[in-house]
Amino acid sequence: MPFKIINKKLLGKSGTLFEMVLETPLIAKKAFAGHFILLRNDEKGERFPLTIADYDAEEGTITIVFQVVGKSTKQLSRMKIGEKILDVVGPLGNKIHSEKYEHPIIVIGGGVGIASAYPQVRELKKIGNEVITIIGARTKDLLFWVEKLMLISDKLIITTNDGSEGIKGFVTNPLKEILKDKKVSFVIAIGPLIMMKNVVLTTNGEGELPWVKTYVSLNTIMVDGTGMCGGCRFPTKLGEINFACVDGPDVDGHVVDFDNLMKRANRYTSQEKISADRYEHQCKCENRLKE
Amino acid sequence: MSAKKPRQKMPEQNPIDRITNFKEVPLGFNDEMAKLEASRCLQCAEPKCVNGCPVNVDIPRFIKFILENNLRGGIESIKEFNILPAICGRVCPQEVQCEKECVLGKKGDPIAIGALERYLADWEYQHQIKACPDCQPPNYIKVAVIGAGPAGLTCAADLAKMGYAVTIFEAFHKGGGVLVYGIPEFRLPKDIVKEEIETLKMLGVKISYNKIIGKILLIEDLREMSFEAFFISVGAGLPLIHKMPGLNLNGVLTANEFLTRTNLMKAYQFPEYDTPIQIGKIMTVIGGGNVALDSARVALRLGAEKVILVYRRSEIEMPARREEYLHAKAEGIEFQFLTNPIKIIGNENGDVSKLKCIKMELAEPDESGRRRPIPINNSEFYIETDTVILALGTRANPVLTKSIPELKLTKYGYIETDENGKTNIKDIFAGGDIVTGSATVISAMGSGRKAGKVIDEYLKLKHKKIIRYFFH
Repeated sequence: MPFKIINKKLLGKSGTLFEMVLETPLIAKKAFAGHFILLRNDEKGERFPLTIADYDAEEGTITIVFQVVGKSTKQLSRMKIGEKILDVVGPLGNKIHSEKYEHPIIVIGGGVGIASAYPQVRELKKIGNEVITIIGARTKDLLFWVEKLMLISDKLIITTNDGSEGIKGFVTNPLKEILKDKKVSFVIAIGPLIMMKNVVLTTNGEGELPWVKTYVSLNTIMVDGTGMCGGCRFPTKLGEINFACVDGPDVDGHVVDFDNLMKRANRYTSQEKISADRYEHQCKCENRLKE
Repeated sequence: MSAKKPRQKMPEQNPIDRITNFKEVPLGFNDEMAKLEASRCLQCAEPKCVNGCPVNVDIPRFIKFILENNLRGGIESIKEFNILPAICGRVCPQEVQCEKECVLGKKGDPIAIGALERYLADWEYQHQIKACPDCQPPNYIKVAVIGAGPAGLTCAADLAKMGYAVTIFEAFHKGGGVLVYGIPEFRLPKDIVKEEIETLKMLGVKISYNKIIGKILLIEDLREMSFEAFFISVGAGLPLIHKMPGLNLNGVLTANEFLTRTNLMKAYQFPEYDTPIQIGKIMTVIGGGNVALDSARVALRLGAEKVILVYRRSEIEMPARREEYLHAKAEGIEFQFLTNPIKIIGNENGDVSKLKCIKMELAEPDESGRRRPIPINNSEFYIETDTVILALGTRANPVLTKSIPELKLTKYGYIETDENGKTNIKDIFAGGDIVTGSATVISAMGSGRKAGKVIDEYLKLKHKKIIRYFFH
């Protein structure tokens, strides 16, 4: 039974970020912060993971946010309200531990990871935590959900690499400032691998700042999402082989070998380009036929 | 006299052609061959072959139908016992089951039972006849089967025939389990699996795809949806990954990932299909089972220049089917027996470049009865390779069992059952690889059949009690 697109809108001003609401009553009932889904657009599609950025059990819907990077996301972005996605599987992964903690919690969202940060902030806040949210993007056109996050965070800090909005630079700049004079329970970082790596380097206790427990959210290449393919495996510094899909997606950032993950994330890059170019060409042909 | 006729050899696609395509390798008997082969059967009064079959198909009977030219009668008689004959005719290890027991095998070659079973099933498919066993009238009692692999499909079919309202919940978007994600197209065409699943739908079985039970729905939710019994047949899907330096280099992948991408997601038709696959120049497969052979043969067909299979024991100890081993050898797979990989070495980009191995020799037998391989000192050597596929076996997937904490498991995470599939929870039954660890398609089917019977007994008794309660 395919899954209907209930709503769709552009986020920010880049033209590459989309928010979509999907009709998935069963998934919506079980969804929680930390969960993700696997989608397959059509019969010839690949399975690709996206975080559940919001969920509404009563409406029977979930919200996904994605940036157009390859063929599958491009194709998804071209689907219209009322159209159906062939397969949606979930909720997958582990939910976050939502408890009341003694000290404030810092939630960091970078790029499209801002969307994944949202349900975490909300759930942690709901049970009475103090939550400081830091979001970062390359430039202000890629920022989104700023008001939504402002409403639920005790404090929202914005950074852009080019300084077009908020603090100029990276999310680690305000993070360092906070850690200098505040005790925090833990840090959650969700975003590009390089951002999460830098957050972990900030909190590993090896510099001037104290060690802080840090979770990172891994969005690796995967096929089944249930521990079967092993494509999402990552080595930990403890010598174990963990799977992002069933042991994560949120894992202890201090044991993750980011350099290895960054290499592994690129293992299908050349094929992905072939696929994207081919799709682009098909789209152009279709448009020409319409004209 | 009949024993003097030679066993008919099934025609095959020749190796030079077949390594360039994913089409089926054995082509099946023609009518004449099937007749000739069937005429070799002695029609034993007490047939041993039937006992060799885990679902006890009445083998002499269907062979007799072939001789009598009543092919419809033949397929119907198989389907009384086995709902998936086109699959079993292809992937059952007949040489260690029915054909091993065949009396003719004592002095010569046994009857080609698998080939004849396939012949009837293919005839049915080609003539678009759907031999459908008779069903009992519906009793509207709901049963949930979790996992649409061979065990689940068999259990579902049997219960549907008894009149139950069966729904299969499947994690993937297609039914068949290992038949669709594991076994490649050239050994089991996916259209055949699809066709066999259609038969189940004719029996009234519903299949609900994309449902990972334990995540989207718990057993508790299913009980609330008024399912009254559960058959768990989720397989043993997790790959065993032996710790070895270099495991996380690019170019190292599990056979599960490699085969799922190719078979289920059709990566061999990339970029027509979106799922990509890495194709190396020299691909090395580690392992000696059917999954290792499947991976090696897929690698060859994807266009690898050379495929090497590394196995730590010798040719005789290989758990793979002999037929498949011979196929692989004919196709040009290079076998390195008595070789154990110890380290994967990468280049500066993090890609695999070499596999460090050590030579092994065989010592006295271990607990598996096979001679134990031990390393030979100072015999390390390197294999130049850019892809390493790990086919070292599988283990239980805990996604579902973790969601049922009261369910009794073995120390390896498999579900503990009696010989009929009963677990420690009265409405939960289990079968297939999640009970036994990885085994064969037909043994999984056998366990589905047994569980079907006890589920029926359980539900009959339960409803009798309810009726008594209301009327007395």
